[in-house]
Amino acid sequence: MSTIVLLAITGLGLAALYFLVASGLSLVFGLADVLNFAHGLFLSIGAYGTWWAYPHVGFVAAVAFGVVVGALAAVLVELVLIRPLYKRTIEQVLVTVGLSLAGVALLQATFGADARPFPRPQWTQHVLSIGGALVPVDRILLIVAALGVLGALLGFLRWTRYGLIVRAGVENREMVTALGIDVRKAFTLVFAIGGAAAALAGALGGVYLGSISPTTGASLLIFAFIVVVIGGMGSVIGSAVAAVAVGLLQQFVNYYSTGMGDICVVALLAVVLLVRPGGLTRRTA
Amino acid sequence: MILSLKDVSVRLSGLHILQGISFDVAASGITVLLGRNGVGKTTTLRAILGLAPATGSLTFEGQSIAGQRTHRLVQSGLGYVPEDRCVFAGLTVAENLRLAALREPNYDLVFELFPVLKQRLSQTAGSLSGGQQQMLSLGRVLLNSHKLLLVDEPTKGLAPKVVTEVAVALELVSQRVPVLLVEQNLAVVRRLAADAVVLASGRVAWTGSATTLLGDASLTKSLLGVGH
Ligand SMILES: Nc1ncnc2c1ncn2[C@@H]1O[C@H](COP(=O)(O)OP(=O)(O)OP(=O)(O)O)[C@@H](O)[C@H]1O
Ligand SMILES: [Mg+2]
Repeated sequence: MSTIVLLAITGLGLAALYFLVASGLSLVFGLADVLNFAHGLFLSIGAYGTWWAYPHVGFVAAVAFGVVVGALAAVLVELVLIRPLYKRTIEQVLVTVGLSLAGVALLQATFGADARPFPRPQWTQHVLSIGGALVPVDRILLIVAALGVLGALLGFLRWTRYGLIVRAGVENREMVTALGIDVRKAFTLVFAIGGAAAALAGALGGVYLGSISPTTGASLLIFAFIVVVIGGMGSVIGSAVAAVAVGLLQQFVNYYSTGMGDICVVALLAVVLLVRPGGLTRRTA
Repeated sequence: MILSLKDVSVRLSGLHILQGISFDVAASGITVLLGRNGVGKTTTLRAILGLAPATGSLTFEGQSIAGQRTHRLVQSGLGYVPEDRCVFAGLTVAENLRLAALREPNYDLVFELFPVLKQRLSQTAGSLSGGQQQMLSLGRVLLNSHKLLLVDEPTKGLAPKVVTEVAVALELVSQRVPVLLVEQNLAVVRRLAADAVVLASGRVAWTGSATTLLGDASLTKSLLGVGH
């Protein structure tokens, strides 16, 4: 019983990490049709930003710093590299893949290629007793953060003007412009939100994994893409549901038969694509 | 005249869809754009709005609008009611209207013309009937005080009673703001339109009064391929 609880909570922690990366990816794809292969870079920037700031300002402020830097990086990427290439999918893929490779190289040159131990404040290393299992607080922290981001995103989509523009734009972007709305401003905003969420994943994921390396972002991005496709492009709720499915599946299968978890995730992806090619859901909010 | 096209051409996927069309839209009343299926009526409206890549000169209120971005054109007074309505199916009626509202939206006018929208504010637009969706699509644009409306086949696929409702609404609207209307239903054209522009094979084949056109059965048949 206690093993199952621990596996479930660890799986949910992983799911939280996937969701934080996938939600922004999904919104950006749904709204702007951009497959952003550089999205993992925002995670790495958030992680290294937090890692760099931590000795100077303490944990919470360091995470905030990482998140802000991640969001700014995302805005910069959107304005400089993506905006000139809207509607040119192949070029966008080339540019974002190139950027993600260049970003990894830059991080390696700056911080070294090896994994660095990530700062872990004392309190994140406490364990809680839940259902007989001893659960490290870092997982709970990830889950709570992901739930907070989920709530904030849904609130943004449902109750703000820009959220309305995003939901409409995911359905029919051209029609939004034909109503006199500059949909590109919404693109930039969605990039910023996605960058911030990914950077948060980088910061809290660093605590959870205990170390960061320049390639962490890129490897997590693969699972985030799977989550986006399973959940349905452009759907925040879909991403959340798919992240939970992928995280739990991976954790449980890996526990009972090591190494099979990733294969099962790919199998799940194949099944969903066969049964529901559009993903689990097509609604934005 | 409020809008003027001179030698406007559009190529799509290598096809020369519009081959240098020129016509004017009067500053009041309804100008109807006619032509057989696939001749390029929708493409003409899209070219005016900057949604299709066009060459040639486009003048709105005396100013060149060629190459301007769509949302700016709409903000500067061009309202667009697209073919097939294009309401946002996942959004409620209220959200569709709220999204479209620019400066000082006139909800009273919209609810007066289409009371059904007011009763269904919290319903998703995708669950409205075709006629109701058309009213929402028109209502979205009528919220704002535009200077010219581009309306693409508003009666397409509607039941006769709803066609009449939409035509009545358009007639009322056209008393406040000029309309460039694409319409295949000749009874509606006869009732509403003052001027007519007919496209054929990528060019303007005929311009003149709509009454003259529809009064001449052989002309109508040769231009539009329909008898009546
Ligand atoms: N994106 C596109 N690429 C290639 N051809 C296109 C494209 N869009 C439209 N066309 C072609 O341009 C021509 C004109 O299309 P358009 O929709 O303007 O016609 P229409 O007069 O509005 O027709 P209908 O009365 O059926 O609405 C058609 O032959 C159509 O197939
Ligand atoms: Mg058409």
